[in-house]
Amino acid sequence: MMRSSSIKAGPDHVDFKEVLAPTPFQDRVDSYSLTQDWASWNGYKTAKTYDTLASEYFAIRSTCGVMDLTPMEKYRVGGPDALHFLNRLVTRDISGLQPNRVTYVVWCNDEGKVLDDGTIFSLGGGEYRLCSQHHQLDWLLISSLGFDVTIEEETHSIAALAVQGPTSYSVLSAAGIQELNGLKPFGMINARVNGIECMVSRTGFTGDLGYEIWIDPSNASAIWDAIFALKEQGLFDIRPTGLGALEMVRIEAGFILPGDDFNTAETAIRADHDRSPYELGLGWLVNLQKCYFTGKRALFAEFARPIRRKLVRLSIEGNKPPKDAFLYDRKGGGRIGTIKSCVWSPILKTNVSMADIEYDKGAPPKQIWAEIYYQKELEWRATWAQCRLSIKPFWVHQRSSATPPQKY
Amino acid sequence: MTDPDVIIIGAGHNAMVCAGYLAQKGRSVLIIEQSNHCGGLASTREFFPGFKASVAHTIQNFSSKVIDDLSLTKHGLDLSQYPLQTIGLSRDGECIRLDSSKDQPRVSGLDGKDEEAYAGYMARMQTFADMLKPFWLKTIPRIGSANLQDMTTFLALAVKLRLLGKDEMGEFMRIATLPIRDLMDENFESDLLKAVLSWDGLLGSKMAPRSPNATVLSVLYKMAEKDAGAPKIPVSGIDGLVTALYKSARSSGVEFKLGQPVSRVLMDAGDHGVKAVGVVLADGDVIHARKIVSGVDPKQTFIDLVGVENLEIGFTNRINRLRCDGYVAKLHLALDSLPVFAGLDSPLGRLILVSNMDSIEFAYDDAKYGEFSDRPVMELILPTLCNPDMAPEGKHILSGHVMYIPHQIKGGWTEEAHDRLYQNLIELLEHYAPGIREQIIFGELLTPKDLEHQYNLTGGHWHHAEMAIDQMFMMRPTYEAAQYSTPISGLFLCGAGCHPGGGLSGAPGHNAAIEILRTEQ
Ligand SMILES: Cc1cc2nc3c(=O)[nH]c(=O)nc-3n(C[C@H](O)[C@H](O)[C@H](O)COP(=O)(O)OP(=O)(O)OC[C@H]3O[C@@H](n4cnc5c(N)ncnc54)[C@H](O)[C@@H]3O)c2cc1C
Repeated sequence: MMRSSSIKAGPDHVDFKEVLAPTPFQDRVDSYSLTQDWASWNGYKTAKTYDTLASEYFAIRSTCGVMDLTPMEKYRVGGPDALHFLNRLVTRDISGLQPNRVTYVVWCNDEGKVLDDGTIFSLGGGEYRLCSQHHQLDWLLISSLGFDVTIEEETHSIAALAVQGPTSYSVLSAAGIQELNGLKPFGMINARVNGIECMVSRTGFTGDLGYEIWIDPSNASAIWDAIFALKEQGLFDIRPTGLGALEMVRIEAGFILPGDDFNTAETAIRADHDRSPYELGLGWLVNLQKCYFTGKRALFAEFARPIRRKLVRLSIEGNKPPKDAFLYDRKGGGRIGTIKSCVWSPILKTNVSMADIEYDKGAPPKQIWAEIYYQKELEWRATWAQCRLSIKPFWVHQRSSATPPQKY
Repeated sequence: MTDPDVIIIGAGHNAMVCAGYLAQKGRSVLIIEQSNHCGGLASTREFFPGFKASVAHTIQNFSSKVIDDLSLTKHGLDLSQYPLQTIGLSRDGECIRLDSSKDQPRVSGLDGKDEEAYAGYMARMQTFADMLKPFWLKTIPRIGSANLQDMTTFLALAVKLRLLGKDEMGEFMRIATLPIRDLMDENFESDLLKAVLSWDGLLGSKMAPRSPNATVLSVLYKMAEKDAGAPKIPVSGIDGLVTALYKSARSSGVEFKLGQPVSRVLMDAGDHGVKAVGVVLADGDVIHARKIVSGVDPKQTFIDLVGVENLEIGFTNRINRLRCDGYVAKLHLALDSLPVFAGLDSPLGRLILVSNMDSIEFAYDDAKYGEFSDRPVMELILPTLCNPDMAPEGKHILSGHVMYIPHQIKGGWTEEAHDRLYQNLIELLEHYAPGIREQIIFGELLTPKDLEHQYNLTGGHWHHAEMAIDQMFMMRPTYEAAQYSTPISGLFLCGAGCHPGGGLSGAPGHNAAIEILRTEQ
């Protein structure tokens, strides 16, 4: 389908010749889309916006946003060696992962450079689901050599819907899921909605209270309808949200996006253009005590050296979001890095960004300045804005972890 | 027993060479071998009561440095016999003889033109072989290494190349990876000569005359030692080499444990990753050592003995993808009397039964698609002509290397397939030596599959892993394991799967020992 604003071209523009696959929610997604603004997410036709970016963003932050997550890469890992296999794959020690729990992980190549990040769901009975940003089947199959495991891609056979925002708990409870009150972050349960079996996990990419629902694709429309029926009844403001709003909230929440914030090891071509977990600020995911995992030798060596660069969270003064800006150690000083992704945060009233910067002998630069180019009446201008490192995510709210969450 | 400094897994010839050097430097070394005898593919066994043979049947490029350093002559190695003539026999009775000894390489049975070309060809190849010679006995550094010794090795290669002079250097670069057929076509007229001269570049590999890769390099590798790679048999047979290596190792204090398969390498998980600290034997016994050296092929060493759970994923994948399918079968015949080959007074020499270049290529074509040719190509010798005590008095053995017999064939190596190949070979031999069928007391055919089982050798491969350019030098067997050390600290490789590769050369064992000692400094 062609975009309505077809004069806009560039990398954001989906070529009309590109054939994008429909997700199981496509009927509903299509009918809710006012903008017909599509992007490709792993080859699936995915909404960038449905209506306006602001309304979708605020749905996630103040009410409830619903997003079709199906295109996320999903793999089912089973067999006697499943845990052993996963534990060699990822840098974190997941040997203590209990059934019905979820954990966030990264995995590296032999050189300790990150290939991708994702989540592992312990489904019980020695079965696991690995969700990742990018396609990982090749790497998983390569990794499985010598292990008694089964690996099955289930991206296309499991439909997923994120329900995120302050009222998400109330929405899902109203939809008939009673067991949510005891569900802690990174936990999951099996539930029923209007008789439809589903798995619900308290996970998300928004940093807010939120859930993800995992179902058989044949039930996709029914689940969607069950949730949006509550909106029709006037109970809650529930809005479908697109990739645009997600990009805003995930940066606010400080989540990195492999491929956007850094080159994954598989795609990096030039030396030094890939990143280790330490360089991504994900050192906490690396367990050097763990007996063995791929990348350990390299990471052990790297750990002993002062860090050379890091992907950091920067808030930037002023109201001009410095997309793609260079960073300097002082106004007009030496170049020390670049902004990788950046948004204006409506809730924090500041620019928030992910930036790749050089460290000097293991220490961050004392000052960081962005040189921002902007246009005024068709004329380019440059200005300087000071940036501040943010150790914590820009946006944290206690409701995201409260159990049971507050009911509305 | 106190723990040895070093355990070497397998008692192949390379393992014994490595052990000898380490023991000379005061290390206590224990070699653990699964079978009841030393020598691996070079060991001699009785394949029929009274008849003995070894899989490797001649020596072409055993390192003279190793002979000296380990005093192998003192320990009984006698290489004084004149090298075997290489005799090319075509199906239609053509016969040529090659004396490739260094001073005066000669070919007879051809017209003058090729004879002259042969001398010129050999002289030029010898220059190249001499230039490369130092590098077979050296660790080829990791790419990107800034270590002084490593830089020196690269620099030395550059200087050697340059010293050839501009034209010769260019010529070397041109031919190094040329399909050997092109090299032959440029130099010679006789198809039989071309086929025979190609043979040493092809034997043991999954390559044919038209394959661009490392066949020319393989010829140069063999020509690096005495007599330009002409095949030799020690006075007391191949066993003479194995025994001398064994005695030399014993005299330096090396201990042997035979008949004890190692079932895995014992690992200790340290901070840096895993460390090899010992071995576990099949009977469950554990022996610790500071260093573990494997003379077993790389694939088994890593996948079976170390275990993938101790290896990084990318490295495991590269090891798993090593091309290790053997393409040479071994034929051993116990003969009642000396066979008579048409056109030959005596079958003394190395007989290469190929008609022309195409006969080799076609045999390979069949193998490529998982079959064996109805008309295999082979080299054979009658070891009893040099060592009569390999068979009862008056009796003989025939030892043949048959190309191209795939490790895996369509439908698998059934008894029927095995038998069909054996009958093919006997028919082939009957053509060249009429009456030989009646002389056979017993025949044994070892396909690469059989060699794999019998010698515990992945794919039954001559070189443990294919000698192709992507699996050579600083990539042999694969990067991160190409300098004899491995990603596992305390674990080293010393077998044919390392630079410079297979064949009875002792070079990998020598290089490994030097490298192991270097890591201790
Ligand atoms: C058919 C054939 C013919 C050949 N002919 C010739 C020839 O004529 N001339 C020539 O120069 N080269 C020849 N070669 C090549 C040559 O024989 C080999 O490249 C060479 O012998 C390799 O020596 P090595 O010491 O590296 O390994 P090997 O000789 O393979 O020794 C490895 C040793 O490890 C032992 N081992 C394996 N697994 C274990 C375990 N788990 N625990 C304990 N021990 C173990 C094996 O029993 C063996 O003794 C031939 C090869 C083949 C296959």
